[in-house]
Amino acid sequence: MTLSDPAPGGRFGEFGGRFVPETLIPACQELEEAFNEAWADPAFRAELDSLLANYAGRPSPVTECPTLSRELGLRLLLKREDLNHTGSHKINNVLGQALLARRMGRNRLLAETGAGQHGVATATAAALLGMECRVYMGEVDVRRQELNVFRMRLLGAEVLTAMSGSRTLKDAINEAMRDWVASVESSYYCLGSVMGPHPYPFMVRTFQEVIGTEARRQCQELLGGVPDVVCASVGGGSNAIGIFSGFADSDAELVGVEPAGGAAVGRGVPGVVHGSASYLMQDEFGQVLEAESISAGLDYPGVGPEHSYLSATGRARYESVTDDEVIEAFQLLSRAEGIIPALEPAHALAWVSREREALAGRTVLLNLSGRGDKDVGQMMEILS
Amino acid sequence: MTGLGPVETALRARLDGGGRCLVPYITGGLGEDWTSTIQEVASAGADVIEVGIPFSDPVMDGPTIQDANDRALGAGATPPGILGSLRGLDVGLPLVVMTYYNIAFRMGLERFAAALADSGVSGCILPDLPLEETGPWAEAADACGVETILLAAPTTPDERLPLICERSRGFVYGVGLLGVTGVRTELASSACTIAERLKEVTDRPVLVGVGVGTPEQAVEVSGHGDGVVVGSAVVQRMLDGAGPDGVAALVAGFREALDAEF
Repeated sequence: MTLSDPAPGGRFGEFGGRFVPETLIPACQELEEAFNEAWADPAFRAELDSLLANYAGRPSPVTECPTLSRELGLRLLLKREDLNHTGSHKINNVLGQALLARRMGRNRLLAETGAGQHGVATATAAALLGMECRVYMGEVDVRRQELNVFRMRLLGAEVLTAMSGSRTLKDAINEAMRDWVASVESSYYCLGSVMGPHPYPFMVRTFQEVIGTEARRQCQELLGGVPDVVCASVGGGSNAIGIFSGFADSDAELVGVEPAGGAAVGRGVPGVVHGSASYLMQDEFGQVLEAESISAGLDYPGVGPEHSYLSATGRARYESVTDDEVIEAFQLLSRAEGIIPALEPAHALAWVSREREALAGRTVLLNLSGRGDKDVGQMMEILS
Repeated sequence: MTGLGPVETALRARLDGGGRCLVPYITGGLGEDWTSTIQEVASAGADVIEVGIPFSDPVMDGPTIQDANDRALGAGATPPGILGSLRGLDVGLPLVVMTYYNIAFRMGLERFAAALADSGVSGCILPDLPLEETGPWAEAADACGVETILLAAPTTPDERLPLICERSRGFVYGVGLLGVTGVRTELASSACTIAERLKEVTDRPVLVGVGVGTPEQAVEVSGHGDGVVVGSAVVQRMLDGAGPDGVAALVAGFREALDAEF
């Protein structure tokens, strides 16, 4: 609760806003109103809290990593979002949005997915609440995340393959938005990250703040204060904003880790796509570039607008790591601590491992946003 | 009325004669003969021509225009390249550019507006730039005499329509259906409804596009408004390799149908 609210119109400084076709504007306005009303309603909050506790398994623990800490020469703590039901932090946001959709009288959830974690979480919430669900996924991701495709279908969702552009997350979002334009009167667009038109970046952040709120309390108990560094991987940036939110008003250094092939903040060029103004990988003419990352969940050329703002103001800094460093970190955590991470949070660990000298003796809280079950097939191919 | 720009002036000339307006859409940079296509289409009964500057992520466009975008971009089309080609054209009617906001944003709003004016482009449509976000762009466009055409959708509530009409220049673009661009077998009833709703609140020309793909559909919706924008049907003809004459023949068919009725 320590990040500031966006200015009217959904602005985080010069970033954010609501850049969508007129067809969707009334839906965004209605959503903003419905969310504000629901969030102020104790009954809504109680139902969400109950689902988070009894269905998703919150609170997630903070785990010490004695072996790896010794190896790296620092104190590493993991916020265990990988232990949530469906295997990642995505469920926090999805349960909130699905309850909101039901409250708004919508019975059909629409979602995009990269690695499939958000798609699985949305399909899960739809199954739980008896809703229809359609998930768009790029063809490249359908291939590298076939287990999650099967999971979504098992959960009763319809999975449609996005065949345009780079056939990854960016294109899945394009297709989901086109569907939304056509079905806005009956569908609820359950966006998976802190991006898109206002109020999504703010609303998704609010639903993910539970990570930071818990972690702040857990660190207080464990450390008697805050860690020196809080780090998380950044694609769109929802897990990072969730954990940052608990420490933005503290002395902790906030570090977002992007894939080298999808470093929107790293390149620092502002643009407008998918509903908001933010840093965006693009060419000199404004054509959006295709990201390239081993991790389907981070394979995205943009980033949530609040991350651009946190970078521009200097409150958080953003680093990038290569696929090779990620592959190494993936194995490192598995071997040292018996925790197989998803490829997404393995980015944050790759940064910690690379910067071990600079981080020597310091306490680092890393948001382990998801577990690696979905990635073992891909890693088996890479490592054999 | 003084101060009308070239787009609105051209449309009013058609309407004053009792006719209905026809605005075909051509994807810039699609094929080597796209500028010839503009010239032929201009002689085939268009009142204004809309030229698309391709964008990598066109969320308001269906498969036909997406495909055209991809092909044009694949062939090396760029915003300065397309505008440069337009600068040399004298087609005797106003041109408007349709693209997505990031193209203008990346170039810089003032620079983009000046580049349009410098290329002889009279108006601009940015479908992902809604009323609330349009201020900085509209200011830059106004300063260069470029008419900013805004869209109104079937979902737009009544109280919002006059605000859109008031800020729109040239004409008001009524979105004919809930969905992205593309030819449909039947005209959606929402096309006629949005035309009527807009006519009730504005004196500006009201043109309907998105889902208007045949001369019959154009005639039907023009009974409720001032004319049509025809995109995917025209672009599909370009993609099929019909060449400038073939595309012009399609546009002439729309013109004849409208003239026969109005």
